Amino acid sequence: MIPPDTTSKETTELSTAGDQSEETTEAAPDLSALGVREGAGHAVDVKDLHAYYGQLHSIKGISLMCPANEVTALIGPSGSGKSTVVRCINRMHEEIPGARAEGQVMLDDLNVYADGVDITAVRRLIGMVFQKPNPFPTMSIFDNVAAGLRLTGTKSDNLRERVHRALRAVGLWGEVKNRLNEPGIGLSGGQQQRLCIARTVAVEPEVILMDEPCSALDPVATLKVEELIDELKDRYTIVIVTHNMQQAARVANSTAFMLDGELIEHGPTNEIFTNPKDERTERYVTGKFG
Amino acid sequence: MSATRTVLPEVSTRRRRTDQVMRGSLVAATVIALVPLILILYYLLKKGVSAWGRSGFFTSDPNGNFFGNPGGIRSAVLGTLEIIALASLIAIPTGIGVALYLVEYGKQGTFAKIVRYFVDVMTGVPSIVFGLFIYIVLVLGHVGGSFTGWKGAIAIALLMLPVVTRASEVVLLLVPDSLREAALALGAPRWRVVTRIVLPTAASGLVTGSLLAVARGMGETAPLLFTAGATFVATADLGQQMNNLPVQIFTDITSPRAEIISRAWGAAMALVVIVLILNLVARLISRRSRLA
Amino acid sequence: MEASATTVPGGRSVLERSPAARLPDKIMKWGLTGLAGGILVLIAYFFIRLIGQSQSTFSSSGLSFVFGNDWDPAHSIYHGFALVFGTLITSAIALLIGVPVAIATALYINELCPRRLRAPLGMIVDLLAAVPSVVYGLWGVYVLIPKLQPAEKWFASTFSFIPFIGGGTVTGPNYFIGGLILAIMILPIVSAISREVIATVPRENKEAALALGATRWEMIRIAVLPYSRSGITGGAMLGLGRAIGETIAVVLVIGNAAVVGHHLFNQGYTLAAVIANEFGEAANNTAHRSALFAAGLVLFVLTLVINIIARWFVARGERAQRGATPGISSALTAGPSGEGI
Repeated sequence: MIPPDTTSKETTELSTAGDQSEETTEAAPDLSALGVREGAGHAVDVKDLHAYYGQLHSIKGISLMCPANEVTALIGPSGSGKSTVVRCINRMHEEIPGARAEGQVMLDDLNVYADGVDITAVRRLIGMVFQKPNPFPTMSIFDNVAAGLRLTGTKSDNLRERVHRALRAVGLWGEVKNRLNEPGIGLSGGQQQRLCIARTVAVEPEVILMDEPCSALDPVATLKVEELIDELKDRYTIVIVTHNMQQAARVANSTAFMLDGELIEHGPTNEIFTNPKDERTERYVTGKFG
Repeated sequence: MSATRTVLPEVSTRRRRTDQVMRGSLVAATVIALVPLILILYYLLKKGVSAWGRSGFFTSDPNGNFFGNPGGIRSAVLGTLEIIALASLIAIPTGIGVALYLVEYGKQGTFAKIVRYFVDVMTGVPSIVFGLFIYIVLVLGHVGGSFTGWKGAIAIALLMLPVVTRASEVVLLLVPDSLREAALALGAPRWRVVTRIVLPTAASGLVTGSLLAVARGMGETAPLLFTAGATFVATADLGQQMNNLPVQIFTDITSPRAEIISRAWGAAMALVVIVLILNLVARLISRRSRLA
Repeated sequence: MEASATTVPGGRSVLERSPAARLPDKIMKWGLTGLAGGILVLIAYFFIRLIGQSQSTFSSSGLSFVFGNDWDPAHSIYHGFALVFGTLITSAIALLIGVPVAIATALYINELCPRRLRAPLGMIVDLLAAVPSVVYGLWGVYVLIPKLQPAEKWFASTFSFIPFIGGGTVTGPNYFIGGLILAIMILPIVSAISREVIATVPRENKEAALALGATRWEMIRIAVLPYSRSGITGGAMLGLGRAIGETIAVVLVIGNAAVVGHHLFNQGYTLAAVIANEFGEAANNTAHRSALFAAGLVLFVLTLVINIIARWFVARGERAQRGATPGISSALTAGPSGEGI
């Protein structure tokens, strides 16, 4: 976890430097704005996960290892259960009435499904970016990014600092620094999604889950987000669900192929695409179905 | 690969407690909201049933006697049935008609928007004001007698109208356009499409809306106070003053006699039973057949 | 002209309909349009007649009808501030008690309670609207008033240092009971509208809040309530309109004393109650009758204005959040039955 927030000289220098040099409206993502992070990254190890929607047995015993500081992509046809798996990692799956999950999801040595684990604490550690950008419509850009921080009672000076840093980190700062009080939904689709990522990043999770984050975006915005994901993995562990195989090829270190609630194959991305071991994987990646 | 020790961040007890307290108060508030209904039903049963048990409760009219048997509620029940029947006869076809206009012809046009808006606003008008309207126009004007049953029926019809219209409009809008278009494409004239296709498809929803409007109309007292008058005798003549349940109850409440108060409870229970049945039947019908 | 392949005798093309066949369509169209227009004309006509009948009171009392405090029919003085005051106080109490409870039930039913309880609970809350107001009055007089009086007396004496709310003599019928019964009566409509509004909150906003590590209540606080603000305000205002216009229940439990009570548990009067109460004795007194009509006019205009503002709020809530269902407007009118007296 990063050290408690102090206005370290390094970061203030970065902030003021940023203010002066930002004449353009675009900026590359700059994760160093978030400051130094102590400790190694955290891996997500899913062990024998079963998920149900009422009676429907949707995920049938999946074990998946997502290494620390890497991007793991989940691909597969619609209905294969990719989103369900990811939603089980931060225990969002059980928010659906009648849905439940069994098994273990290890965040290093901590089992997220262990008895007595506080779900809200888990979700602070495991952030989520959704398919459709969902900034809070009644909140300004600033308030959106601050939303998670306010929940934990972050004090206002510290708050402002961290919001600015998060916006810098995702490369939105230049575009919004003069309109932080305007509504979050006034931004374009791609900007909104980066805003949501800033919101997620502001609370400093360990893992970021992304459920088809670019499927509602145009190609230019998609590339921006992918560029951001590439930066994000140095600091977080990322699990991304995608329909777009080219996207998996572009951003993911390893890729897992799912079909009908089962994990068919998981391996380094280029192997999955050029030399898959399972026949079903081969048929999917060559476009024969799905 | 060495496993890193993962520490779950603290969720402050303050947040946890706030969550529990607020959720608890939401539950509590819901329970509180249900209490009056339960209490009312309880007292209605407790005090009304004994009134029902008395002989002649439903078969005799109230009399104005100061002593002895105060009589039953026959004329009130009959009067209510007659007045509501006439009110429904006026309000339901008219309400459905206006709804048909809005859905089939007016649609989003300016005039239709104005009509829709004012019908909406009409639902917020206090029912006593409708009573005053009818009083001024019909009673003061001595149109066909002073207090009469049919004038009360018109007042009730006025307040049923917006309920019928709005409920019917919602239901008629649910009839898929594709049905209309299919019929029109077969060469059916518009009026036939409406009577043969649209209305039958929407029928159960229209019935539901009408039942709810009837239930509302039955419970109204104030408009009848200055239109239908107050009398004790049973009559089938809507051209006379007519007794009805709500006014009867209203008059009885302020009586010093225990038997009359008991009669009020019995009458109230009768009224509530009818209204609740209408409501439940309406909901059952709407639950059974959802359009699309 | 002779008939050909495309004409019938008379020269009309086969594709045209005869005037006679087009008639029913015309009748239906113009008949229904006339019906709709007729309703508008009718309401306008009633409004004008009501103004006419109140004329004499307004010309003799002017603004003192609303602001002067001396309701004395025996001496032909009709200054109705006591009525206005009572109307405002009882409505305020109704809102203070009823709206929070209604919003709470809406939140519980939509967000917290188990799925299968949703419909039954909603139905039970809605049934409160089905109870006729005269039954509320009956229950108020013979159950609520006697049962609450000891508690009211205790409250008044314990909190006598608070102006208005504490102190004073506790009469059976009083402002508080009036407000309480009104609170119960407006609960179903405020709850129904709130439920419709809360149901339109997009699931993705709620999920975003939860994914940030919010507790259930925090999720409601940051994702549900801000989104629903406008619509719920509209619902509350409709409840207010209802409370202002309610007659029968109030006339039975407020005491009908044309004075400005100084304490919560004093007797009072409202605009609606005075009409129902004094109508009998005003039957042959045109001045008195006109004053009652004036009270009705004030009531009518008041509820009209409140309704219009309320609907503006609800529409604003629908507009601001794209993709809101049109169901809210229908809940405004077709939902709970029995909004009357």
